[in-house]
Amino acid sequence: MKLSIFKGSDAHTHTFASTPKLFDWKVCLFALAASLAGSGVQAAEVNTTGLAVTATTVKVGILHSATGTMAISETGSIQAEKLAIEQINAMGGVLGRKIEFIQEDGASDWPTFAEKSKKLLVNDKVAAVFGCWTSASRKAVLPIFEQYNGMLYYPTFYEGLEQSKNVIYTGQEATQQIIAGIDWVTKTKGAKSFYLLGSDYIWPRTSNKIARKHIEKLGLKVVGEEYYPLGHTQFNSVINKIKLTKPDVIYGIVVGGSNVAFYKQLKAAGIDMTKEKPLLLTISVTEDEILGIGGENMQGAYASMKYFQSLPNANNKKFVADFKARWGKDVVIGDVTQAAYLGAWLWKAAVEKAGSFDVDKVRAASPGLELTTAPEGYVKIHPNHHLWSKTRIGHARPDGQYDVVFETKELIEPDPFPKGYQ
Amino acid sequence: MSYQGLASLLPKKEIFGFLVLGLLLVLVLPLTLDIFRLNLIGKYLTYAFVAIGLVLCWGYGGILSLGQGVFFGLGGYLMAMFLKLEASDPITTKIQSTPGIPDFMDWNQITALPFFWKPFYSLPFTLAAIIVVPGIIAYVVGAAMFKRRVGGVYFAIITQAVAAILTILIIGQQGYTGGVNGMTDLRTLQGWDIRTDQAKYILYFFCVFMLFICLLVAQFIRKSKLGRLLVAMREKEDRVRFSGYDVSSFKIFVFCAAAVFAAIGGALFTLQVGFMSPTLVGIVPSIEMVIFCAVGGRMSIIGAVYGALLVNWSKSILSENFPELWLFALGGLFIAVVMAFPDGLAGLYTTYVAPRFKIWFAAIKNVGKTKLEVNAEQQNTHTKQREENQIATEKPKPMKVTITDIPQQNIPSITQGALHE
Amino acid sequence: MFAEYSTSDLISIFAMQGVAGLILFSVFVLMALGLAIIFGQMGVINMAHGEFMILGAYVTYLTSHLFSTYLPGFFSVYFILAMILAFIAAGALGALVEWAMIRHLYHRPLDTLLATWGLSLILQQTYRSVFGAREVGVTLPDWLMGSVKITETIELPINGLFVMCLALGISTAVGILMYRSRWGIQVRAVVQNRPMAGAVGINTARVDRITFALGCGIAGVAGSAFTMIGSTGPTSGQLYIVDTFLVVVFGGATSLLGTIASAFSISQAQSTMEFFMSGSMAKVLTLLFVVLILMVRPQGLFTLKVRR
Repeated sequence: MKLSIFKGSDAHTHTFASTPKLFDWKVCLFALAASLAGSGVQAAEVNTTGLAVTATTVKVGILHSATGTMAISETGSIQAEKLAIEQINAMGGVLGRKIEFIQEDGASDWPTFAEKSKKLLVNDKVAAVFGCWTSASRKAVLPIFEQYNGMLYYPTFYEGLEQSKNVIYTGQEATQQIIAGIDWVTKTKGAKSFYLLGSDYIWPRTSNKIARKHIEKLGLKVVGEEYYPLGHTQFNSVINKIKLTKPDVIYGIVVGGSNVAFYKQLKAAGIDMTKEKPLLLTISVTEDEILGIGGENMQGAYASMKYFQSLPNANNKKFVADFKARWGKDVVIGDVTQAAYLGAWLWKAAVEKAGSFDVDKVRAASPGLELTTAPEGYVKIHPNHHLWSKTRIGHARPDGQYDVVFETKELIEPDPFPKGYQ
Repeated sequence: MSYQGLASLLPKKEIFGFLVLGLLLVLVLPLTLDIFRLNLIGKYLTYAFVAIGLVLCWGYGGILSLGQGVFFGLGGYLMAMFLKLEASDPITTKIQSTPGIPDFMDWNQITALPFFWKPFYSLPFTLAAIIVVPGIIAYVVGAAMFKRRVGGVYFAIITQAVAAILTILIIGQQGYTGGVNGMTDLRTLQGWDIRTDQAKYILYFFCVFMLFICLLVAQFIRKSKLGRLLVAMREKEDRVRFSGYDVSSFKIFVFCAAAVFAAIGGALFTLQVGFMSPTLVGIVPSIEMVIFCAVGGRMSIIGAVYGALLVNWSKSILSENFPELWLFALGGLFIAVVMAFPDGLAGLYTTYVAPRFKIWFAAIKNVGKTKLEVNAEQQNTHTKQREENQIATEKPKPMKVTITDIPQQNIPSITQGALHE
Repeated sequence: MFAEYSTSDLISIFAMQGVAGLILFSVFVLMALGLAIIFGQMGVINMAHGEFMILGAYVTYLTSHLFSTYLPGFFSVYFILAMILAFIAAGALGALVEWAMIRHLYHRPLDTLLATWGLSLILQQTYRSVFGAREVGVTLPDWLMGSVKITETIELPINGLFVMCLALGISTAVGILMYRSRWGIQVRAVVQNRPMAGAVGINTARVDRITFALGCGIAGVAGSAFTMIGSTGPTSGQLYIVDTFLVVVFGGATSLLGTIASAFSISQAQSTMEFFMSGSMAKVLTLLFVVLILMVRPQGLFTLKVRR
């Protein structure tokens, strides 16, 4: 096990190292049985741990919420992952094998996510899982991936503070997304005071914590910090507070159904974001969310993330065209959808570099892996399993798309345990 | 307990139901299912604890609680607090800014273990708390409401509000509770790794054992005078009150009992699943738990176990095979149960299966006595019954209990209140 | 916390906060009115109430699409038509549900809860299959957006005012219907004494059906109006259900006036507390406050005295 690539001995890494031997022994037995069964010598070479790999196919899992409250957000990820798998198959698959996917529904319920991930790993023996969206669902499945040594490609931008050898994080961690955004808004727009607002759970809270630390480091002021329960639909009181405190920037990390309510009520209360007084900067509203909010309600807001559908590079143009050809011309692609699309390609690249489907070998091959065909441009896997990526600022148009108004020059190093921000 | 006492607790025709259930859970399922599925069954069984409590509370007492998730969650969270402390020893958490406290506290800038977490280093305290804390909360809620004669729909909705409050509190106070993520990554119980396959087997059997203890307690309540009083109260509360009984304390007792059952289920859930999450506390899971009870048959404690198993099993299987459509099936099941089979599986058993059994047993006796007297007609039912019986053994149906004594349309009279009378 | 602000700032903030409270009040009234009619008058617990509201929202979405495609010239007035259609659609579905399901369950009010919960699951999945799992954005006519400037600092959201007027209009209509029309007399007779109402020749089954349909129809209108302030997705209805039930129970289920009074007190409590503390705490405190009062006064704020 390559523990050295991890900073210190992370809690989760430690866990796995201390898992009793009983299981490894069983795995060996499975492998032996599989190779003896003679599903092809070829299969055995690339697969020594009994994964669901035959001479012509390899099974992977897709684990998202197709039902429940999170289905709103996760649908895009499912579509992106299916598209990537189809494209890879059309190119001849991975190591000459077609990818077959097993889709499971996490039903927006964290114990269900845990149950289904176990089913995928233990019963279906999938070679990799693309899935999860909320932090809570990832936290629920993480011990299972570590216990059964699975590989999860997790697409969402998230709060950081985590690093598991069984997860590749294809979205941005909080510092990548936040710091560049705040720097930009202070430098270009001269913002001096911020109002932090979020839904009440770990991602907005941690993100706002990082944002607050950074704002205070810059010597600027946070004039308010507020959290509302998930699913809250009435924001008139907080909008009044915003009007009272007159911040330069509203820093919004509202999610889900609350998002729609918040932006609609903000506009109705006479806060016109196109006037940028105050300016609105969000890290939670992708093109996917604007679909529900309505472009006219979002017009003029800024978003700080790594991908926008309107990115002008050639990779992205092809990706957007393919995505629309597959899922209909009206679909939109948000940051997470693109990150989900990367998952399957990164896995393919790692498998081909390792020459094997074995999770340990795939993991060993992952750090340093580059993808030049990514819609967001060039990405590279950091040894801490996050991606190097650029952060962009989008300016919302009335048609629900963002204009990219800024892009960091360099790739930003992922830093899930940022010193000085905890 | 004397033999007679035992006999009255478990009459012959009911002992059969316990035996079949025991056989199924102890022998059939462990032998036929792999550990992954068996662990799932174990998880479903933890919901059965709640359903058994609801049979007493709702089926017998006529008190519909839509907040059982609160007690299930409390039990689960209390257990999780102990396990989380054990999983957060200073060595494994040394990368945190404050080693030795649970990771989510560290993420929320809490630098010392809060005082109310400290007792949870002790296992006996934790186990006691799992019984006592939900009991006390149920007592407070129950006493406040039943003493003031709140019942029926009002009680249901107030408990729903309690469930909503607890969920928002847990999610909002994430520094102390783990927030929306819940308490994850629980590993050992007093040094014993609860994640291995072997541990999963042991926990499963422990869960079955606890389930039978709860079943017996419930059976005792049901068969005692208290059980009959509960039914009487449900039917005509005022008459029981006029007879000199303190109606509210019976209600409080049965509500507390249901709460404690739910909490035990919650604690076992945490042990088997390895984490606890606020999604099990809120309104939706609370309603689902009522539905397990309704599917099983609201008057049958054994039916409740089958109800929990059947609904969850079909949920798992349907969502594996029809990820886009399973909600239709589930919703349809709920409507069908309420509309067509108000007594659930237990009702189906008494109406369709049990009479056949009777004929069959009678036929066997007849065969034993005078083989020649068995006429063609009887033989006909005999073979028919055999087929029926084969089906029945494939999926054993629960025993049916006292429902036949009670005219159906009277069941909710207590809840109707001013609305229809 | 107010020391650093000028007097005029404070006055305008208090004014706007008052309006925010009134808007929340109107939202609660709209949510609760349909349920109050069904639950209060018939004793049926309709857990699918939120889904009926979302039906109204989806009808509005469809209407806005039709208008923007075929009648762009009339787009500014589509919203009125959409609300009427929402009322008809939700009411018709309500009548159907009453006929197929609810009328068999009048003797078992707690069971209606389970059956309608099943119905809500089915409706959610239907919306998901028909409209997709993503939220849909309802484009509103321009005149409904933005705000009215009263003074330099006081601005009132137009959609909030619209919701207020709508709540007022619908409550008045329901009030007149209940207390001034023949049908209202029949409904109240059935509530107070069903067998006697039947005995004097009131067709109780028909009264039930129309009541249920009316309640669902109002839910549809509410859903249609809420496209202005909230989200429209398959599960959005769930966001409203707890608040709605609390308002109705707190008001004392059988009294429309009670529902309005309880909507007023809950909304004022919540919006005032939200201003002084974090939204999560405000919510918890509001719920606690309601539960505590209900424990002291379980019959709710206002009740109808009936013979038992």
